[in-house]
Amino acid sequence: MSQTVTRIRSLADLEALHRQYAPELALRQAREAAAAVGTEPIRVMVCKSTGCRAARSEPTARAFLQEVAAQGLSDRVRVVQVGCLGFCRMGPVVVVQPGDIFYCRVQVEDVPEIVREHLLGGRPVERLLYAVSPKEKARIAARKDLPFYKGQERRVLKNCGLIDPDSIEEAIGAGRYFALAKALLEMTPEQVIDEVKRSGLRGRGGGGFPTGRKWELVRAQPGQPKYVICNADEGDPGAFMDRSILEADPHAVLEAMAIAGYAVGAEQGYIYVRAEYPLAVERLTTAIRQARELGLLGDDILGTGFRFDIEIRLGAGAFVCGEETALIASVEGQRGMPRPRPPYPAQAGLWGKPTLNNNVETYANIPDIILNGADWFRSLGTPASPGTKVFAVAGNVNNVALMEVPMGTTLREIVYGMGGGIPGGKAFKAAQTGGPSGGCIPAEYLDTPVEFDTLVELGSMMGSGGLIVLDESNCMVDVARFYLQFTQDESCGKCPPCRIGTKRMLEILDRIASGQGTMEDLDALEQLAETIRSASLCGLGQTAPNPVLSTLRYFREEYIAHVRDKRCPAGKCKELTHYRIDPERCKGCGLCARKCPVGAITGEVRKPFVIDPEKCIKCGTCAEVCRFAAVVH
Amino acid sequence: MAACGCGGIQPDDPRFRELDAFIDAHRHVRGSLIGVLHRAQELFGFLPEEVQQHVAQRLGIPPSQVYGVVTFYNYFNLRPTGRYTIRVCMGTACYVRGADKVLQAIQSELKIQPGEMTSDGLFSLEVCRCIGCCGLAPAIMVGEEVFGNMTDAKVPEVLARFRQQAQGGEPEPAVAAGKEGAR
Repeated sequence: MSQTVTRIRSLADLEALHRQYAPELALRQAREAAAAVGTEPIRVMVCKSTGCRAARSEPTARAFLQEVAAQGLSDRVRVVQVGCLGFCRMGPVVVVQPGDIFYCRVQVEDVPEIVREHLLGGRPVERLLYAVSPKEKARIAARKDLPFYKGQERRVLKNCGLIDPDSIEEAIGAGRYFALAKALLEMTPEQVIDEVKRSGLRGRGGGGFPTGRKWELVRAQPGQPKYVICNADEGDPGAFMDRSILEADPHAVLEAMAIAGYAVGAEQGYIYVRAEYPLAVERLTTAIRQARELGLLGDDILGTGFRFDIEIRLGAGAFVCGEETALIASVEGQRGMPRPRPPYPAQAGLWGKPTLNNNVETYANIPDIILNGADWFRSLGTPASPGTKVFAVAGNVNNVALMEVPMGTTLREIVYGMGGGIPGGKAFKAAQTGGPSGGCIPAEYLDTPVEFDTLVELGSMMGSGGLIVLDESNCMVDVARFYLQFTQDESCGKCPPCRIGTKRMLEILDRIASGQGTMEDLDALEQLAETIRSASLCGLGQTAPNPVLSTLRYFREEYIAHVRDKRCPAGKCKELTHYRIDPERCKGCGLCARKCPVGAITGEVRKPFVIDPEKCIKCGTCAEVCRFAAVVH
Repeated sequence: MAACGCGGIQPDDPRFRELDAFIDAHRHVRGSLIGVLHRAQELFGFLPEEVQQHVAQRLGIPPSQVYGVVTFYNYFNLRPTGRYTIRVCMGTACYVRGADKVLQAIQSELKIQPGEMTSDGLFSLEVCRCIGCCGLAPAIMVGEEVFGNMTDAKVPEVLARFRQQAQGGEPEPAVAAGKEGAR
């Protein structure tokens, strides 16, 4: 298999390498088990991305390799480590072909049983299969039947979980670099831009600016050199799609950047990655080295004379560097502070030269648009927001995971369909989208189709696609305060509306959360928000008030409860929460007293217990452990 | 530790030679300062004044520019860090699942605040924004290792493991991997 390829100089070379690796990848695609057990080739795919690695997938993969060798199966069973399969909550995740069998939380000690029963005996191990809830007996074997995968349209993520991200040969086997070949050999730069424009692709990193339009602007600028930047500074807490793409299919981004370079007339690209993503940096470094070795980056790519190279630049922990002018300053090695626009980076960006800047997911959409055409791309999604979107669904939801759905899918399908609903049967309260720049969407809009413009109408935004599910135990004042604390921490300090305004807003929210707020404070919040929104220099400041404004808009009664009734309905704000035991409901089991970390609960068995408010630290443990819902606040 | 806050690093420290080799290899790269500082922090663990002065001199830029960059980015430390850095993820996914309780438990167990180091130099505590392990929320990182599905009750167990490791004992098997719940 590992025949060394010296250099790819033509489309014929690329096709030859593709033919060599495509059959192996076909074995890893969903396929039915043949009647004869014991002869057909088997593929065991173990996830090696960050989520599963944290759940210790590496020892699991090693155990598979050892066990397969020990059982003498090495000739027809191959254990491969692949990129993110998306279902991080179930990690380490393992998929076995044929049969598309999906195993959850596979630990080292589970491996011998899978090898013996399934790989040798043809009987999938029932207890390691997926069940929709802890109480549910029924198991689902095949990945395609899992509610989580139904309804997904995996375009951007199609190679994630299929190829080994450290192998450029497998990437080529899966079709990578053919779009670059098509662009270079069959299309003019104008035709490439036209195709991207006609696709209607909009930037996946935040505002949703039309990508083709951006490319056109950079191409039209006089002046050389020009630069292409990939924004991989995924700072929105709770969003991890860019990291997963970089870790699972890094060549998608390299190929797309080269296409962009050809289209706009640039020879040098930069990928700006967060330092918090060491694994993504490692995989990108490997991918760039491999692409250079094969001649897919560097001089005279595919014998066309086109030259393009890519360098990685590391971030150093500053959220504001996701803003494009701040990012450019950081790539230049300076403090990452935004500057006024215009001039836009398309006119004067990196080192004052015309610069194209798109994010990871935007680039990852490009190769298939070039290969399959704009009409294919538009076949999913809505007219105003064509294509798919990857969402990182997290928070209080059963299936914390990465899912790719057509634009226009409703929140309900995302949260209750693929997301599997809320744990513990709690009620959905809101979905937070767009991170610190976005807002909260309440339950009455669960059936809204999710796309760029509908989210803005609801007072939120798409952002990069982080979607945090909040349930009845989350206090909306607290959530707003959390985000504002974040933007206040991350404000670069250059412009006063953001630096001082967010500080004043945070002080007001602190007052409200501690029961010191007044009704006038709510108006002051709105006024400040308006000023910060209109007067801030960059997107960080302009959108910083959104979490407060949207919670004020949809959950005003919760603010009023804090201000007027001095009560936190969710029981999250400590100063406003007073735990007591309802003597009617208390059975006197004493569990709460045993679990209380400070010994604040006393009583006699089979009689109602009492909480001493002087000692109580309001940790909420008693309420969590009580089986009779007798602890109230 | 020297009282002057220089970290007790002498000018003839062999790590400077390694840093110089890196700087010289990247001299032609435009805007290499942040990359150089990453390398310097890898070598020294933090960026005291001597190291910043050295970088400035070697790159031929004013020390104020180096200091400006170091203090702008969260990733760079001006103070020494412990043998194990504990990073408590306070990203949204972890926060709504109770990361604040985990942080409180670590603070009271180690008796330090975020940004500080324990007096024995074993642990330093940091708060970070999203390590991307939202599937295992709430999550913390100790060194390079991620512990998922954390609770305040699991904190002593995790810390004990690293105390033991520091004393040369064998590390215990993983304690906090997500095993509970539905498959």
